[in-house]
Amino acid sequence: MSELIPTIIAKYNYWIYITLMMIGLYAMIAKNNLVKKIVGMNIFQTAIILFYVSIGVKKGATIPISTGGHGAAHEVVHAADYLNPLPHVLMLTAIVVGVATLGVALALALRIYSRYNTLEEDEILAQIRKK
Amino acid sequence: MKIIGLIITIITGAFLVYAAVDFPAWADPNSPASTYLSPYFIENSMKDTSVPNFVTSLLADYRGFDTMFETTVIFTAGLVCFILLRISGGKEPETRHYRHVLTGVTVTLKEGRKIPASEDFERIDDLWTPPDLIIKTGCRLMIPFIQLFALYVIAHGHSSPGGGFQGGVILGASIILLAISHDLRTALERMREKVVAILCPVGVAIYAGTGTLCLLLGLNFLDYSALASVLHVDPISARSHGILMVEIGVGIAVMTTMIWIYNNISSAGKYNQGL
Repeated sequence: MSELIPTIIAKYNYWIYITLMMIGLYAMIAKNNLVKKIVGMNIFQTAIILFYVSIGVKKGATIPISTGGHGAAHEVVHAADYLNPLPHVLMLTAIVVGVATLGVALALALRIYSRYNTLEEDEILAQIRKK
Repeated sequence: MKIIGLIITIITGAFLVYAAVDFPAWADPNSPASTYLSPYFIENSMKDTSVPNFVTSLLADYRGFDTMFETTVIFTAGLVCFILLRISGGKEPETRHYRHVLTGVTVTLKEGRKIPASEDFERIDDLWTPPDLIIKTGCRLMIPFIQLFALYVIAHGHSSPGGGFQGGVILGASIILLAISHDLRTALERMREKVVAILCPVGVAIYAGTGTLCLLLGLNFLDYSALASVLHVDPISARSHGILMVEIGVGIAVMTTMIWIYNNISSAGKYNQGL
């Protein structure tokens, strides 16, 4: 027990991302409304972004921008002084792509609504079965 | 379905928690993610590209291919929204509404009828609401500064947080703010549908074109040091300038995609809000 609590505190970022991700996954599986499913997808995406960004953190390091500025090309840069820039790069593009995919999902939902006049999954399935 | 979903969620969550026990602790400097590849990028970014912001040099230089195809993904998403809603959707409504500007009286016309050509009538749709003067004036004052800030974010991405993606989103947001505060018609007058549809692939083409230029100058695709002979600078500064060219292309593509998606979704492909 004395070892368990420090482990839980030291890895709290993972517990938060798992909780958020499961909220998103549950919304995608169990919710009946298509817009709620899309919101669940976005929560899932946010959880992954949080996971990646929290991986890039280093204790005692600053943001990944050289403190010397432009004229300091000859200075030696120590990797331990800066955060890991790689997850930031991956998530930077993932956020914008996430917005774009959200747009596509909403466009599909709009088309479904204009055809079936509902966004509830069971009503759409009932209409498809009737035909 | 709800119970099955809950069971699946709990099982998946349990697996993730089980896996996370072996993960390194938060903010551990010796975690695997921070020990293999990223020290090289941090230590050599200034020497290789003379860009102080490691995220920018990593985004546009070391991982240039990845970013190019991300831009293509964004362009494709905008195109899909356009095809789904605009091409197969947008039908002209049967009845048309016209508002007399001076008196505020709304006239509804059935199919086929026409209103006498006059400056006093403007066409409106079912969702039209009178624009609020305070919101309109406030947004009109804010939009130029938002756009100026966006240009700063794109151009200053080399030495401060920023770059093409962030600046492009802010630029797109300024036009979307115009569409929200006034109506879609006002925003379309400033940024026509055709302009948006042309600028979006142009942004991707600037990115791919910079890469092809490097190829034509005798080095690898997206190896910006080849631009040194064109720009008359040393190869390391040429990489920095090449990154800026690429970021401008990304900014244009992201801005137009955001506007394109908003225009199509907010009016369900009819482009009639405030018509």
